[in-house]
Amino acid sequence: MTATPRVGAAAPARRGQRSVGTGAGSRGAGSPGPSAWLAAPALVFFGLFAIVPLLGVVALSFTQWDGLGTPTFVGFDNWPRVLGDPVTQNGLKLTILLTVATLVIQGPIALLLGVFMAGRQRYRELLSILYFLPLLFSAAAVGITFKALLDPNFGLGQAFGWDWLNQDWLGRPELVIPALLFVINWCFVPFHSLLYQGAARQIPASLYEAARIDGAGRVRTFFSITLPQMRSTIITSATLQIVGSLTYFDLIFVMTNGGPGNATRVLPLDMYLRGFRSYDMGGASVVGVVIVALGLLVSFLLNRLTGNTRMESQMEGV
Amino acid sequence: MAGLTRRAVIAASVAAALSLAACGGGKQPSGPGGGASAAKTGFSAWALTGGAETTMKNSFATWTKENSSAPASVEFIANDAYKEKIRTAVGSGNAPTLIWSWAGGSLQDYVKNKNVVDLTDSTKELQSRLVPSILDTGKVDGKVYAVPNNNAQPVLMYYNLDVLKKAGISTPPKTYAELLDAVSKLKAAGVDTPISLAGQSLWPELMWIEYLLDRQAGTEVFDRILKGDKSAWSDPGMLEAMGKVQELVKAGAFGDKFGSVVADSNADAALLHTGKSAMLLQGAWVYGTFLTDAPDFVKSGKLGWGPFPTIEGGKGDPSNVYGNPANFWSVSAAASPEQQKAAIDYLNKAMFNESYVTDLVKDGMVPVTNDAAPKFKGSDQEKFLTYAYDMTANAKNFQLSWDQSLSAAQSQALLNNLGQLFLGRQTPEGYAKAMQAVQ
Repeated sequence: MTATPRVGAAAPARRGQRSVGTGAGSRGAGSPGPSAWLAAPALVFFGLFAIVPLLGVVALSFTQWDGLGTPTFVGFDNWPRVLGDPVTQNGLKLTILLTVATLVIQGPIALLLGVFMAGRQRYRELLSILYFLPLLFSAAAVGITFKALLDPNFGLGQAFGWDWLNQDWLGRPELVIPALLFVINWCFVPFHSLLYQGAARQIPASLYEAARIDGAGRVRTFFSITLPQMRSTIITSATLQIVGSLTYFDLIFVMTNGGPGNATRVLPLDMYLRGFRSYDMGGASVVGVVIVALGLLVSFLLNRLTGNTRMESQMEGV
Repeated sequence: MAGLTRRAVIAASVAAALSLAACGGGKQPSGPGGGASAAKTGFSAWALTGGAETTMKNSFATWTKENSSAPASVEFIANDAYKEKIRTAVGSGNAPTLIWSWAGGSLQDYVKNKNVVDLTDSTKELQSRLVPSILDTGKVDGKVYAVPNNNAQPVLMYYNLDVLKKAGISTPPKTYAELLDAVSKLKAAGVDTPISLAGQSLWPELMWIEYLLDRQAGTEVFDRILKGDKSAWSDPGMLEAMGKVQELVKAGAFGDKFGSVVADSNADAALLHTGKSAMLLQGAWVYGTFLTDAPDFVKSGKLGWGPFPTIEGGKGDPSNVYGNPANFWSVSAAASPEQQKAAIDYLNKAMFNESYVTDLVKDGMVPVTNDAAPKFKGSDQEKFLTYAYDMTANAKNFQLSWDQSLSAAQSQALLNNLGQLFLGRQTPEGYAKAMQAVQ
């Protein structure tokens, strides 16, 4: 972890003004920055591996193709067929449910945990390391492990004789969503906690000192200083969560494959199953385009609504 | 969630796969790419893990040792992963020289797109060693495009005789009514899962509806479906069979946790040999699983097997069998002439020779050769092998599983709705309607 201003370091932070936290964003427009050509390799890479395939998917959505032979152009035939399919509509519903649930569950937990981890006590640093662990595991490994642990016949419940755990977690439509949410949050809370930890540590200690002199308690400082100071981080974290949930695939694919029935067939999974199980590449591309549009729309709205594009400093007046 | 980057990665990889495949839609003269590397004159193959894996490994290794100018390079891939990988590989002209398949719908697609070569005349030598009815499965329009490469895989009932006996059932149920009766007796004796079913994998559920339909209404209904007659989905026999599935589910025959059981990890077989359930409908390949996972269970004679029960008043012939007649090799049209020749040489000379058959029998599998029966004599697995061989040989009709014989779109819709039916979230009528809506 990089050193953050404590009592003594508060002064340079004050002098540094806007450069703290927002970095390049506060540079004047006319100031000589690095040449735009430096971005070229990244842009070429992005264009080649993101933009070109994206256009390919849009083109494919107007064709019928089973993966062999050549795609045949069918105009708009795929669109009403796929969008009118109850399976797709169910997938859209599930995706929205997953996104909202992730935001509601993951956000507060990660935030509280991050603020807690920002403390400098020895035990907290030890705990931070433990919290960090899930981030190191691959999603496939996590999925397979939880699948085995949650197995009602040979899993954790059987091993310890806990009957309450011997539920058909991944096999019943009403249990599978909570079970999946638990595992997904277990995986991703550490990442967002880390963001919040960093953000919390960047808040100048002088703010807290001033608040304490004014007689503010712990709860009051949390809501009046910590939260407002972390505004940008909250927006970043929420954006990552929302866009991530919209495209979430790997854990669900490994753990349930969309089942039981269609209970976990979220849009990205629906796209995959259409394309690579039913060999309906046209239909899969339609779903792909919908996901991309949805993701772009949501992140655009988020930026607009929160005014995050203005890149203001939160350190105004510090 | 790790957002933008992950999205970009997924979008890029899916799209890259799509666009890669798009580039190679036509025929490409180049040799096999995509991980299957072989010398110019050698050939490559992708095979499935499990089952006849040992036999094939031995066979390819021996071939390479004896034919250093035409070495075989083989990769073993898990079932689900293979099915997705091969399609992209074939579509993009990067298929291995030998393409593994189940014949049926996917083979027809390959033939239609000229991805595989005609083997009718070039593999005469191999064909002469094989059972004709199984060879037929590899034919499209009367021409051989795929030749069987392993064992006959009929689907049959397995029993834990010990658990049955404890519930007061001396002989395994022979009819559907006896099956229902056995279920209630087992439930009363405290067996929560009388019949083990890998519900998460979906295809084991297919075996139930296949057999129930066949015993109920004979082969005629599914034949109509194969010919594209969609009204067959709402045939009274079909609705009756679906109704029986629901009757079994409601009676608790599969317990209430079958939705979490996965066949790929052999959890359904484990339920049987650990005594948690008494019956299992599965393919002949599961016998090999029992041999590896629970050798004592097999040796002690607690493992029983038999045909699917008959239905009183049903029209189906009790000798009819569902399953995979075998797995098949096709030769990729995208491979170079030298590679094709090497692969065909391999098929003719090394497949189902003396040691190949011996290896299969040793692992408890039924070779699809003409003269297999005497080879079982004296082997450890004589009883099971003889049974499975006779079952295959005497079957009035050996029908390839529905998910393999129908088109990919149909079979996905079929499995999806079947899952719903077993969950009680779909009615037989709704199922029929959903299937009729598939193009």
